[in-house]
Amino acid sequence: MSHAHHQEGWVKKYLWSTDHKIIGFQYLFTGMAMALLGGFFAYAFRMQLGFPGKSVPGYGLVSPNEYNALVTNHGTIMIFWFAMPVLIAAFGNFLIPLMIGCDDMVFPRLNRLSYQIFLLSALILIASFFVPGGAFGGAWTAYPPLSAKHQYSLTPAGATLWLLAVALEFVAFLMGGINFVTTVMNSRAPGMKWHQIPVVIWMIVVASIVFMASVGPLVAGAVMLLFDQQFGTGFYDPVRGGDPILWQHLFWFFGHPEVYVVLLPAIGIVIDVIAVFARKKVFAYKTVLYTAFATGILSFFVWAHHQFVAGIDPRMANVFTATTVLISVPIAEMIFVTIATLYGGSIRLTTPMLWALAFVAEFLIGGVTGIYLGSSGSDIYFHDTYFVLAHFHYTFVPIAVIGSFAGVTYWFPKMFGKMLDEKLGKLHFWATIIPFNFIFIPLFITGAAGDHRRIHDYSRFPDLARADLQNLRAIATVATVCMLVAQVIFFFNFFKSMKSGKRAGNNPWNANTLEWSAASPPPHGNFEVLPTVYRGPYEYSAPGRESDFWPQDEPPDGEAEPAQEAAE
Amino acid sequence: MTTAALPLDRPSGISPRRPAVASNAVVGMAIFLAAEIMFFGALISAFTITRISTPGAWPPPGQIRLPIEATGVNTGVLIASGVALYFAQRHGQAAARGAAKMLGVALGLGAAFVLFQGWEWVQLIREGLTMRSGPAGSFFYLLVGAHALHAVAGLIALAVARGKALRDALTPGFFTSARLYWYFVVGLWPVLYWRVYL
Repeated sequence: MSHAHHQEGWVKKYLWSTDHKIIGFQYLFTGMAMALLGGFFAYAFRMQLGFPGKSVPGYGLVSPNEYNALVTNHGTIMIFWFAMPVLIAAFGNFLIPLMIGCDDMVFPRLNRLSYQIFLLSALILIASFFVPGGAFGGAWTAYPPLSAKHQYSLTPAGATLWLLAVALEFVAFLMGGINFVTTVMNSRAPGMKWHQIPVVIWMIVVASIVFMASVGPLVAGAVMLLFDQQFGTGFYDPVRGGDPILWQHLFWFFGHPEVYVVLLPAIGIVIDVIAVFARKKVFAYKTVLYTAFATGILSFFVWAHHQFVAGIDPRMANVFTATTVLISVPIAEMIFVTIATLYGGSIRLTTPMLWALAFVAEFLIGGVTGIYLGSSGSDIYFHDTYFVLAHFHYTFVPIAVIGSFAGVTYWFPKMFGKMLDEKLGKLHFWATIIPFNFIFIPLFITGAAGDHRRIHDYSRFPDLARADLQNLRAIATVATVCMLVAQVIFFFNFFKSMKSGKRAGNNPWNANTLEWSAASPPPHGNFEVLPTVYRGPYEYSAPGRESDFWPQDEPPDGEAEPAQEAAE
Repeated sequence: MTTAALPLDRPSGISPRRPAVASNAVVGMAIFLAAEIMFFGALISAFTITRISTPGAWPPPGQIRLPIEATGVNTGVLIASGVALYFAQRHGQAAARGAAKMLGVALGLGAAFVLFQGWEWVQLIREGLTMRSGPAGSFFYLLVGAHALHAVAGLIALAVARGKALRDALTPGFFTSARLYWYFVVGLWPVLYWRVYL
């Protein structure tokens, strides 16, 4: 196994690598590229909604079928090819070995295969836009019979390619998840007890477990849907003894835990960033863990709130209303933990800290509006309106966009050895956050007024084609364009800093966790001497110490250096 | 034997510096099998829901009967294969040759099971039970087919393990994961037999 320090070719180093950091970057860059694609789709269909019937600059006229395909694939991409790969796969791969103090994942080749399958799935999804009939347009939830019959969906090839891409993506994440959990179990640095693992790592582990436990039913449902599409079975066809609602149960049994699969890593990033920049120990670390476990377990018992309208026994609806409202308790607890951690801290408003604080503020709006949708009574009124859409964008944008930016700006110095430009970073922050609120607050209002989702052109609905509602839609569209344009600042900052940013040094933020004791960027194998852990990850501003941080691997005062370090 | 398997897939060759609760191979395979159990759990529940919500008798009148007795015998064959594998494991600690022999027995019995199920499919299709002949047919081929694919994958793993044992190259990690996987395939089948055939 000659992986060591000789020169490797570009392909071997960046495309065929088993190094967890490179695989993390592969996921990160693929995820960012897919996010741009998903953002472009949002631009195209928002322009149609804000200024219906006009040709969209850079796209052209948006036909009803194209509109459906754009909306469907926007949702699919943002969840499966942006949020998951960046939050779990990119950060999980990059951070886990570094933060638990080992040299690589336990199954590096499985890890490489995971990314390759993921890349293949992304290519298949993109290819589905170029087949006869175009890309699938039956929404990211793919409800049958619309998704099962080509006569309805009008996308014979697109629907199957979509399904295939999603299934392959799950295979990729299954491999990644096996790696994450096994690595954290078996490869932690000596001395690192379970309550000394950084929160973000715990969150990625819990999220991986929830994902792997919930994905099986969706794969089963997807196989059945594939058979309905291609082999003429009738699993979801009521005429032939099947049941279309069955798909909804299989899909949401995965789909709702999936919300927490992406939420938990984002909250983990936020809690870690807040502890560092409040210079304070995380409030109630163990409670956060128990809360995360509780969230993971509860997340398996909320899915049927998606069937309140499709049809569910009212007695079951009551049960699922209760569990759905209940799951806001652990999430609220985590939000309180972030606030309690801030309390009395010496807060430093760096760019990552701004993102972390924005997460808390914006996610709160998403969480609070969710309570209206969780109770079956009001949900029946809000069902399938823009209120629902605004609600889940107020959860998913903080998770996927804000959470990712918090993580990328915080770990950028470790990833590339350079500092990001703080001025540009803050400019980008405000230029993203302000338009974000201008997109979705108007949509809460149009939704409450009755704006139905999945409508290409409101001019055919006299009740909704009013000027006041149209103005709100136009505001949301203009804000979308602003938010997308603002990302130019980020990419400029990202690539410019990567090339010519200020050198970061090992530990620019004075943080405690193990990754900051490795070189920036860490070499193959990560650590010169594999670290030993002496304390928890959040010993900031410890009383009686001169410096306000206390790295996990720093030997306690008065104790001799461990033999292996002395020998060096 | 599992403790010796630790540095299995690590190209760096740096051995772990803390005692592991279970070896990487066992943990990894256990997680994978948990996901598999959820997959089959969903298939079985989907089938059960459809079966319960179908009015009238199940299988629907006029539907071709499934060969309950013959498949029952075949179930015994598969279980015997699992037992043979258990003995291969006990041999494995003593001598690789003995392990290879019992692995061969497990492999043969497993292959016989799959071949018999395939033959049964051919008969049923000839008699007119296909994927398209209503939910009973669709679910029959879906559930049994999903299991068959897993069985074939397991047989390949056993064959590879046997080849390695003959060359004295069978690592405990590979052997343990292959075994866990085959026990899963064997243990799952009686459940499917009970739900689908009886």
